[in-house]
Amino acid sequence: MESPQRTIQLLLKPGQHDGEGQRVAEAAHRHLGLHTGRVQSTALYTVRYPLTDQQLRDFATHCLQDPVLHEVALDEFRHGAHYQSYILVAKLPGVTDDEGISAQNALGDFLNEPLDTHTQHIFSKRLYFLEEALPESSLRQLAQELLGNKLINRFEVGPIAQIRDYTPRPGGGAESVTETVGLVGLSDEELLKLSKDNLYALNLEEMRAVRDHYTSIREERQAAGLPQDPTDCELEIIAQTWSEHCKHKEFSALIKYRDADTGEEFEVDSLFKTYIKDATAEVDRQLRANGNDWLIKVFSDNAGAVRINPESLFVWKVETHNSPSAIDPYGGAITGILGNNRDPLATGIGGARLLFNTNVLCFGNPEFSGTLLSNQLHPRRIFEGVRKGIEDGGNKSGVPTVNGSIVFDDRYAGKPLVYCGTGAVMPMQLAGLDSWEKNIDPQDRIIMAGGRVGKDGIHGATFSSIELDETSPATAVQIGSPITQKLAMDFLLLATRRGLIKCSTDNGAGGLSSSIGELATISGGAVVDLERVPLKYPGLRPWEIFVSESQERFSLAVEPAKLDELLALGREMEVELTDIGYFTADGYLDVRFAGEPVAHLDMHFLHDGVPRKVLEAEWSKPMAQEPALAPATDYTDVLTRLLGSLNICSRESVIRQYDHEVKGRTIIKPLMGATGQAPQDAAVVRFNFESWEGVAVSNGILPRFGDLDAYHMSAGAFDEAVRQIVAVGGKLPNLRYGDGNFWSVNDNFCVPDSVYDAVGNPDGKQKLAKLVRMCQALRDATAAYCIPLTSGKDSMKNDFKADGVKISVPPTVLYSMTAKLEDVRRTITSDFKQADDVVYLLGETYDELGGSEFYQLFGELGANVPQVRFEQAKALYVLVGEANDQNLIQSCHDLSDGGLAVALAEATFGYGFGAEVELPEELPVHVQLFSESHSRFVVTVAPEDVVAFEQHFGARATRLGRVTQDGQLTMRYGGQPVISASTAALRHEWTNGPVNRIIGFGHPETAH
Amino acid sequence: MEQTPQLPDQHTPPRPQHDDPGHEIVNREGQIVLPGYKSVDPGHESAEPLKSKPEQPKHQAPGTKHQKVQALILTGFGINCEEEFAAAYRLVGAEATIVHLNQVLHSHVSIHDFDILNFPGGFSFGDDLGSGVVLANKLRYRRNAEGRTLLDDIKEFVAGGKHVLGICNGFQVLVKLGLLPDLSGTVTPEVTLTHNASGRYEDRWVKLTVNPRATTPFLKGLTTLEVPVRHGEGRLIIQDEATRAAIEARGLNCLTYADFDGAPTNVYPFNPNGADLNCAGLTDTTGRVFGLMPHPEAFLSLYNHPDWARRKRATPGLIEEGDGVWLFRNIVEHVQSQRPAPVAHPAAHQFSS
Repeated sequence: MESPQRTIQLLLKPGQHDGEGQRVAEAAHRHLGLHTGRVQSTALYTVRYPLTDQQLRDFATHCLQDPVLHEVALDEFRHGAHYQSYILVAKLPGVTDDEGISAQNALGDFLNEPLDTHTQHIFSKRLYFLEEALPESSLRQLAQELLGNKLINRFEVGPIAQIRDYTPRPGGGAESVTETVGLVGLSDEELLKLSKDNLYALNLEEMRAVRDHYTSIREERQAAGLPQDPTDCELEIIAQTWSEHCKHKEFSALIKYRDADTGEEFEVDSLFKTYIKDATAEVDRQLRANGNDWLIKVFSDNAGAVRINPESLFVWKVETHNSPSAIDPYGGAITGILGNNRDPLATGIGGARLLFNTNVLCFGNPEFSGTLLSNQLHPRRIFEGVRKGIEDGGNKSGVPTVNGSIVFDDRYAGKPLVYCGTGAVMPMQLAGLDSWEKNIDPQDRIIMAGGRVGKDGIHGATFSSIELDETSPATAVQIGSPITQKLAMDFLLLATRRGLIKCSTDNGAGGLSSSIGELATISGGAVVDLERVPLKYPGLRPWEIFVSESQERFSLAVEPAKLDELLALGREMEVELTDIGYFTADGYLDVRFAGEPVAHLDMHFLHDGVPRKVLEAEWSKPMAQEPALAPATDYTDVLTRLLGSLNICSRESVIRQYDHEVKGRTIIKPLMGATGQAPQDAAVVRFNFESWEGVAVSNGILPRFGDLDAYHMSAGAFDEAVRQIVAVGGKLPNLRYGDGNFWSVNDNFCVPDSVYDAVGNPDGKQKLAKLVRMCQALRDATAAYCIPLTSGKDSMKNDFKADGVKISVPPTVLYSMTAKLEDVRRTITSDFKQADDVVYLLGETYDELGGSEFYQLFGELGANVPQVRFEQAKALYVLVGEANDQNLIQSCHDLSDGGLAVALAEATFGYGFGAEVELPEELPVHVQLFSESHSRFVVTVAPEDVVAFEQHFGARATRLGRVTQDGQLTMRYGGQPVISASTAALRHEWTNGPVNRIIGFGHPETAH
Repeated sequence: MEQTPQLPDQHTPPRPQHDDPGHEIVNREGQIVLPGYKSVDPGHESAEPLKSKPEQPKHQAPGTKHQKVQALILTGFGINCEEEFAAAYRLVGAEATIVHLNQVLHSHVSIHDFDILNFPGGFSFGDDLGSGVVLANKLRYRRNAEGRTLLDDIKEFVAGGKHVLGICNGFQVLVKLGLLPDLSGTVTPEVTLTHNASGRYEDRWVKLTVNPRATTPFLKGLTTLEVPVRHGEGRLIIQDEATRAAIEARGLNCLTYADFDGAPTNVYPFNPNGADLNCAGLTDTTGRVFGLMPHPEAFLSLYNHPDWARRKRATPGLIEEGDGVWLFRNIVEHVQSQRPAPVAHPAAHQFSS
């Protein structure tokens, strides 16, 4: 029987400041040029559950109302006088509604009744009233651009006298039917059309392989009572398993590479095998030969693992979540961070303890003022939404965000890059078993833990394999619930330590199809009963249940004898556990619904049957030349402009909204010093409260250098991450026998479509050649520093197409690094410590202004891209490590964007010191100030240590000058000042740069 | 890679096995006297059954001076600061027990077996409906098999002379329950904590000044505290002038946000949320219930502070303890000081409550 629908509205009492309403009014004016007058914001809850009038009133006043803040209105829409129009923001059916679910939990507590909290009875909305009577088109624009996203929200707008409500009714009338897809006998054209129409994202060769497979197993299927053609579920499983996201076909392809400049030709038999896996195998061989066997698990499972000490493992994973973030930035980002958290959690047996998060974000110019393409969101909106998603996902999960970067380039305007990383600690042994190993035996049960399944996220894996265009489906967007995942995380932690779980994996891309498909390769098969899978609402077809990417779920392998105890723990912690089948060893993935076969797939074909791609790459060096700049520039002005430029300016407004302190172990945060405004090179986190062991965390990303040379861009990014860890006191690995000094690197490539097509992708060969060169640099860097890669990901279709226009991202690679620190108390921060300390430059400066921020100021690119000289860099990093052992270095800041001048300025931002330096006279002044040559540091040394320091570094150290008390940065060349500025003024320019202006920094309204 | 490493690593000598619980021990000056050696947190690392009462010594009267102070730390449902909370208590010599809220609600664990009840920070139930609201509702309305609510038990706990500490989300819960400031003694909400005036989440370090009129034992001997804040809904709103005057008259606004000089301030960002009375922490009229928005448990070590490196350079020999430890040491010493001296006479044991 249908329950009557009641509404509860919460309004702020007169006199209470409506901050949200004010911000809506300001944003409408600033971003859209709309004059709303005052805006009143109210919360609306619709209750679809049988309650008496008294119960409804009591629930509203006791559980929802804050007696200090709110008035309550029941079954009406109340507003202040003088308001003339309204906007209602509700969620579309099936979209995560945490507020509604929480209200429902509160109702259950209030009534002391066991409400079914998994069926939604209460729905939350926002209802805004505007003083001005705006036309419907403006109201709708305001709603879609500032208050929600039309892909996940339903808006009602109009005059105040005609308020329309909307309450979602999730679920549809679809029957639980499984259909067959006619495949055998189709022509090539028909195969391709089928792949495109059903969003399989499989190419012709792959579709042929499937067709031929079903032809070849015709007799077997008839004998088993199955149709000859594949079922819809079978094709969905194959498409998901064979998606680029899950299978990495292009990274495993055979590539024919040709250098057009030299004529050199060679074949690459899998980028992954050649440049990543083999490179790490060689590093591991050298490590083990030197008594360092801390590399435990690489390139398999959900994340890589290294050994911290005899008792513990460090687990580290970085992923991207780009396509959904282009459509719904908030939902895409929150899902990205929650998904990334699940990877370490479900490595090995499962239950790693999350230690920190990182995020590196690439956006278009947030101040873009041109015309957007159809369905393209403004870069500023993407930026704000992604930032908010990471805030909610990370903060609410109780994981500190300690390191990151934000990169702006116009070519990210169509598709942002959202890299999320998570580091975790796991005991070596869990209930007597090796924690990093997954073991499953036949008859072990398949348990789904955590959230329920809905239609959200269907086709997410295959979606990532195609280019975005106007018709990209909305169902690929998922909205994660951090609180649901936190409950599941806490449960997993306890269950694994009690030995109740044999192993676990997370449900991300591809949902159950991917997670159970992967686990089944361990035992050799599985039987799944889909009718047991708990659903958010009725109306999902069996194949939808299996491939849905509803978030916050884990798949567990559980011994039957331990199932009762596990279920009891789940009940106690209010985490829903469902037994949905069991593992077998018969070589088949067997999916059923209510006893009827839905899918029956040969495991070998499913995982190894995908045809290998053969791709072509052609390299020619880009034409580039050094610009002729006007001489005698005002370098103080240049430095000021650099500090206020988009890629150098402060990100404090973003940083302050991430929690760096939860867990109480963060030693070096993004911003340090007495001012809290000194940027740091790497983060440092202590592992626990019983020792001072810790980990340094850094990232390297330099996309603009790739316009000049992809190899040097990749090498530079790797070196950037290494030197940032060295700057805080990290030491290169494998320097001594058995030193146990682990390093762990994730490599994450995000490139545009690199498969050549004469019409759709005529420069595909050049793009693929860049990717090959990026991988070659990675191999060379790992060899030079003896640093292994432990995990990584590739994202191969980062293009946005609309209105006949294609925006491709620049080929991008992110290196996310972690390294062990023996004692976090001996780490080094980047800001100056004391007046009269002596300032040195470590490392060599070259005439390498190509791709620099300095050239960017003048609209130039240049030609001389910075290069890494690996041998020299390594030798310097070893010297720095030894100097730190002797406490010779007081501050250390690596040089990156903006070069020496920016690094010196930033080093003054922690306290109010200045610096007085004299540049040597070998290179032109602008080269010394702004070249972005790699492998360099600005360090300070206490006067009493100068002799030892200079003896230690010799010619690798160039004495520049000293730290001063006066708060002035003075840089001289040939005796003449070329930069002379107050450090407070420089910090002001940096702090008030475009990023903080856009996010809004420190403009609190006065509370009344 | 087929090679399986042989474990444990024979080249790494085992760490010394001191005869102690394994955690770091600091003296009153904040110096480490015994380094810890475990790398896996003891917080949840227990194979003990979930449903069990903590062991009580059978031949000793509970609560004597020789027994460690017992801190109960609630977790579950989105709470996320329980580990550092437990570390803080252990650092000052107390026994810390982390318990899922449902263990208490379902009567598997009784708060009355402990001395200090702790509500850590986090996002209980995602902070939906307003920070701390859903959890407060659960404590007020959810009845156990005996028909009692946890709020009933907490009232009894405080009336019996025991202490309650809430930090950040925990403070929000205490306020929404009405346990703070509880001027009227009726445990109904008289103030609230709501969205920061800046409209956004604020993660930064603040300086607090202790109200000289404050009487809570948590703040004994302290004049200022440097601690991090990180919250989106930390602004204290006092609904009327009479309530504000009563809070001030009794010194219940025990902590205020201060500027560099230690003077109370409403200037952002020194006051990061725009709170009435610049108030960062409240006590009830007994001083035994205490809550604050900043996180002292995130400043247990000098090295948590953003300016630690310069300070260490300027002051060699600077203690390695963070300001936040003082709060925990104060309450543990206070509880210890309230304990009766141990007596040998069996008859006295029979009559102790």
